[in-house]
Amino acid sequence: MGVTIIPEIIRESLNNLVKNGERSDDRSFDDYRDIYLETGVISKAEGSARVKIGKTQIMVGAKPQIGEPFSDTPNVGVLMTNSELIPMASPDFEPGPPDERSVELARVTDRCMREAGVVDLEKLCIIEGKKVWMIFLDLHIIDYDGNLMDAAVLGSMAALMDAKIPEAKVEDDEVVIDPEKKVSLPIKEKALMCTFAKIGGELIVDPSLEEEQVMDARISIGMRADGSICAMQKGGMQPLNKDEILKAVERTGEITKKLMEHLPQNNQ
Amino acid sequence: MIFIEDKQMVIPGDVLADKEYQSGRGTFKEDDKICSSLVGLVAIRDKKISVIPLQSKYIPKRGDVVIGEITDIRFSMWNLDINSPYSGILPASDVFGKEKRDLNKAFNVGDVLFLRVVDVDEVKKVKLGLKGRGLGKFRDGILIYITPTKVPRLIGKKGSMINMIKDETKCEVVVGQNGVVWVKGDPSMERVAEKVINMIEEQAHTSGLTDRVRNMLFELLGKEIPEKEEKPEATEEATDEEEEEEENGENLIQ
Repeated sequence: MGVTIIPEIIRESLNNLVKNGERSDDRSFDDYRDIYLETGVISKAEGSARVKIGKTQIMVGAKPQIGEPFSDTPNVGVLMTNSELIPMASPDFEPGPPDERSVELARVTDRCMREAGVVDLEKLCIIEGKKVWMIFLDLHIIDYDGNLMDAAVLGSMAALMDAKIPEAKVEDDEVVIDPEKKVSLPIKEKALMCTFAKIGGELIVDPSLEEEQVMDARISIGMRADGSICAMQKGGMQPLNKDEILKAVERTGEITKKLMEHLPQNNQ
Repeated sequence: MIFIEDKQMVIPGDVLADKEYQSGRGTFKEDDKICSSLVGLVAIRDKKISVIPLQSKYIPKRGDVVIGEITDIRFSMWNLDINSPYSGILPASDVFGKEKRDLNKAFNVGDVLFLRVVDVDEVKKVKLGLKGRGLGKFRDGILIYITPTKVPRLIGKKGSMINMIKDETKCEVVVGQNGVVWVKGDPSMERVAEKVINMIEEQAHTSGLTDRVRNMLFELLGKEIPEKEEKPEATEEATDEEEEEEENGENLIQ
């Protein structure tokens, strides 16, 4: 993993800007960059979405497959998340085995989706202990300009809501799939994530690449629609104190409400 | 026969002219016809046709002045990122002479320097130097990255564009040939300069730019736009290699 060296001048100027209550792209501390969300972009995938937050761009695909459940949860379906940081997205991304950032992104997204109970996984069970639906979420980063996590969670949420899986029935202990009959995934909750970067002692939302490079610390908070926390991830070298975290949680509540508006509304 | 006009935008493969013309940079010859190999603007000088790319990477050239940042300290030299596919080196002897001193006491990783390209060898090893007026380390200010082909446009004819920005924003502005621009002044003025410079980069291939830059500057500074009846800038140079930038003599060495 290449460590980019960021000129001291840029670090200082971004810090000073934040201290004066400004950001390099004229946003306020609670503003996201322009968000664009489109679903159903991949015809071969059962559910898909393309998210853009500023210049950051991620494609998300949801693919179902019938498989065996884990032995400790025989009546529960499976949701798995994978991510790939392809070299095209940034000069920092190298081909080869997934690096730290890629693993973190997939795990944080996965945690946010799963812990929130976005998909009612029990309804994905077909034959208890034998056959369940496994949903694979694939995050494909197309362009990296900071704040991958929020984009990934937003895209995953949209892709899951967009997904239509064929109906599976049990006939004489055999699973029969009816490809003609498509049903939406059992969406139970909505959850989104909000990332803050600590620069110059302040927490700013949706850090751009430049801001991510100079930040002291980062905290991502996943929140359900009702305001309860479902995931949290801290990054960066410096610590965060209790007040900062509580403040971040409070702000997340308001910001995720606004973010929810970007999700398609058609779900029951 | 020529098929295009001066300063016309072309894409790779566009046929520009046939054999009575000479093929210059950014073009290639096929079946006695000159074609563009880049996305860019056509420049016709006498019988020579070249294409100036809209975007490019900086290829180091001897004598250029560039802005680089230190990425590594080695036994007897610094490694610098000069916003180019090739990285630059600054030998310790260039800074200390024959004296032996700790390299990191002079410049450390993350420092930004204004340097001259002393030599580029056949494997593109870029040797940098600090001898010259105004060369040295930058303190404070901001950095703006533009594509190197737009540098002459940012400077303007005899520095007209850059001087206008300097005068209006009261900022110090230093432009490196590698597309890195350093601006220092009042923080709000730095932002104004940054916006203007980004606008120039975006619109460098259009004509009448100086006027628009002036208007934008006045607008951002909240000044009245003076009614001027100067000659329309029809003869404005699009991109001319001859234009050397002004050096700023106020940067201290060390």
